[in-house]
Amino acid sequence: MRWVCAMLVRLLVGGTSRGHVACDEDRPRVYYANHTSNLDAIVVWSALPIHCRSRCRFVAARDYWGRDPIRRWLSCRVFRAVLINRRRPCKGDYPLAPMLDCLEQGESIVIFPEGTRSADGDTGEFRPGLWHLAKRSEDVQFIPVWIENLSRVLPKGEFLPVPVLSAVTFGEPIHMQPNESREAFLHRTREALVTLRGNAA
Amino acid sequence: MMDPRMLTLLGVVTIALIAGSAIGELMRFTARSDRGRAFGDNLRSRMLSWWIMAAIFIISILIGGTTTVILFALSSFLAFREFITLSATRRGDHRALFWAFFVIIPLQYIFVARANHEMFTILIPVFAFLMIPARIAAAGDTGEFVGRMSRIQWGLMVCVYFVSHVPALLTLEIAGYDGSNAILLFFFILIVQMNDVMQYVVGSLIGRTPIAPTVSPNKTVEGMIGGVVSSAAIGAALAWATPFSVIPAACLAMAIAWMGFLGDIKMSAVKRDIGVKDYAATLPGHGGVLDRLDSLTFAAPLFFHVVRYFYVM
Repeated sequence: MRWVCAMLVRLLVGGTSRGHVACDEDRPRVYYANHTSNLDAIVVWSALPIHCRSRCRFVAARDYWGRDPIRRWLSCRVFRAVLINRRRPCKGDYPLAPMLDCLEQGESIVIFPEGTRSADGDTGEFRPGLWHLAKRSEDVQFIPVWIENLSRVLPKGEFLPVPVLSAVTFGEPIHMQPNESREAFLHRTREALVTLRGNAA
Repeated sequence: MMDPRMLTLLGVVTIALIAGSAIGELMRFTARSDRGRAFGDNLRSRMLSWWIMAAIFIISILIGGTTTVILFALSSFLAFREFITLSATRRGDHRALFWAFFVIIPLQYIFVARANHEMFTILIPVFAFLMIPARIAAAGDTGEFVGRMSRIQWGLMVCVYFVSHVPALLTLEIAGYDGSNAILLFFFILIVQMNDVMQYVVGSLIGRTPIAPTVSPNKTVEGMIGGVVSSAAIGAALAWATPFSVIPAACLAMAIAWMGFLGDIKMSAVKRDIGVKDYAATLPGHGGVLDRLDSLTFAAPLFFHVVRYFYVM
């Protein structure tokens, strides 16, 4: 079902994969991407080499993807998404825990560090989640993924897609430096992503 | 069983393809310079795409009728998608684009398939041209309004309206030519493509004088004349397959060649404006679907209407 959806989406929007995707060795990775459309995650996933796909999961917001039965079915059953709480969690409820579990089990994840879809295609500031994730899982690679044109396929608030051709560009892996501050890490990762935009054109 | 005229045309195409491939292979092995080898490699990938395109086109022609219409509908869809991908559209164009892709394109080809000449002639220039600006205006964003509206309309004209005149050739009722329209369509495509090839070949061999240096530096006066003259010759030689006698066939082929050249130049100008070399990388050696259709866009409506004016009762 997931594969069928991925095929349909690629047929609709192209989703050509560009750049080097390093996933020869089996280790968990965090693919972080700009977020412009509901199709983002599936397009990133289907742009990965085939043998990496089965060990890669999407991270989705529970308040959006868990709201009604259809979205719940799509996100949990079809795409095996990791649902997390976007809102301020209550005490003792650690929002990153499901993601860390995944990484510990050797699965990669796709996340959108801006936390929400941007309305105009610009890349917003990153939420600190990425840094917390990096701090707690040291040997994980962070791979920037620039998604091009998907905001034109299915912009926020639209229901019907327009089949504009899109492309996915993978960047070089990033590691957190020892003692790197939150601001520095978030700035560095964001710069790496925005640079891909320039190279993609 | 199969029409002998069709068989002969198929033979001509096969021989041309084999010749092209043979020249490519020969150049790859005998070329002394890197430039020559690169040319051979390029010709080889071009020829591979040619073989595949020719096979798809010929199979659709042989199955007949609706299959050909569907093939051109798909080509229009892919070409329009390439055009829109490279054009600057905005959030406010989204609904208009959805209509263009999923309503106007299918409708246009349904009218072609049903041989509804009136509707297929006015659907885009009248109805789509009324609807698209209205839909964009209704979305509320007025910035760049005329530019955005024109881009979508021009994209529809070139990729859908003009291209749909090719399968529409199947619906012309020409006296004494019943059931042979597929051959007419084949004739048209053959002239357009051979004109492209001859223009390129003659241009590379003896081309000196650029004809439109700012638009398309590789196009030369010599190449253009070479293309028109050889098209006329091919048209005259194939007159027996068409409803035309020799002189009109040569004249029509010349008109097709001239229009093919203009269509090509026009699409190059659009590409210059956008700032790209090819519309996409779908067909190795050729670029995108729209790069292959460029010379067809102007030739098809002209050929359709001239034939309709002079040969349809």
